[in-house]
Amino acid sequence: MTESWKDARFEASGLELWRGDRRLFTRLDFATGSGELLHITGANGTGKTSLLRVICGLTLPETGEVRWRGQAVARSRADFHAELTYVGHRESLKADLSAVENLSFELGLRRELGADDMQDALETVGLARATDVPVRSLSAGQKRRVALARCLLTAAPLWILDEPYTNLDVAGRELVDALMTQHLQGGGQVLLVAHQNHGVRQSGTRTLEMS
Amino acid sequence: MDVPGLGQAFAAQLVRDLRLGFRHIGQAANPLVFFVMVTTLFPLALSPSPQLLAAIAPGVVWVSALLASLLAAESLFRQDVEDGTMEQLALSPQPLSLLLLAKTTAHWLMTGLPLVIMAPVVGHALFLPGEAVPTTMAALALATPTLSLVGGMMAALTVGLRRGGGLLSLLILPVVMPVLIFGARATDMASGGMETSGVLSLLAALMLLALSLSPLAMAAAMRISLD
Repeated sequence: MTESWKDARFEASGLELWRGDRRLFTRLDFATGSGELLHITGANGTGKTSLLRVICGLTLPETGEVRWRGQAVARSRADFHAELTYVGHRESLKADLSAVENLSFELGLRRELGADDMQDALETVGLARATDVPVRSLSAGQKRRVALARCLLTAAPLWILDEPYTNLDVAGRELVDALMTQHLQGGGQVLLVAHQNHGVRQSGTRTLEMS
Repeated sequence: MDVPGLGQAFAAQLVRDLRLGFRHIGQAANPLVFFVMVTTLFPLALSPSPQLLAAIAPGVVWVSALLASLLAAESLFRQDVEDGTMEQLALSPQPLSLLLLAKTTAHWLMTGLPLVIMAPVVGHALFLPGEAVPTTMAALALATPTLSLVGGMMAALTVGLRRGGGLLSLLILPVVMPVLIFGARATDMASGGMETSGVLSLLAALMLLALSLSPLAMAAAMRISLD
């Protein structure tokens, strides 16, 4: 699997997006390849989340194109979505289902899980003991951790993270950094929106400042 | 990467929605309660005369079923859009149309099918002739999926709006008029002892039309609503 991650390349060119009569960004170009992290920063309201939604294909840009493995995403959506995982600023979990139920449903749409994958992932994010309670009764930080477990289980090369540090304690923020580092070392790539600096200490990280 | 097949994805979505529905059985039973309540109010408000009730029964049953399904349509996608799980569905490698069809199917099983099952009881309470009951059940079984599918299409279109409730009914009602007309006619004809296969075929045709077109329309509308 990691072999096919090596030549995966994400490119965005000439992106422009308007919201009402306000232009959020224009002529935005960037690209990431295997092992690279792009940190997108900027003040509130500069369109970071909108940019991520454009990248995922949830929002259509006015102009410009997003390409994955050289193919326009608009024309091969299913292939692209099979290889990305998105953590939005909401955790996208069903409050009435447990963490395990939530994750097994979502992963059921994506790939076959091994017997221990789920337990391993939940242990990695520090939720080994909160797997059977409804997500409703988890704390905000624990919900974030469930969303991070989803990232791990998806086993997708491209991680798109919108403020993953929100609601997490110090250990949780370190966990996010560790997971991203591990992912990059394994040949994955990360598009990260965060106000604070990330703690990934290796080459191949860049910053895009939105204004 | 090997993505699970369409059948598996459909089943997974169906099971998840049924499970969620059963954890909130009170909410899922709302349309059924509404259906029973409205139909039992008529004898109280009009008169308990069997002749009168038998005469108005087809109309009462069908109008109540239609209104109950309108009530149900509102809740079809709203929660998923609000908690963000719809985004994850739209970002999964599975076709969104398939997943939304599975959601609508689960929704029909919990809100449409109970109406079909309850119809004999309601019919009996309204002095509907016994020979009209099987036809009414068959007609409802063909009509309620259409109502759910049309409801799903319009719900997907209005789910992005903060107050889409009133608009939703306005969008659904004109489209489902044929279902109401043919459905009530089927019950009416059956209670008069007439042949009803023609009307039932028309209801089946409407259902197939909705089944083939609405998943695509639902997915397109949902992508617009998520934008």
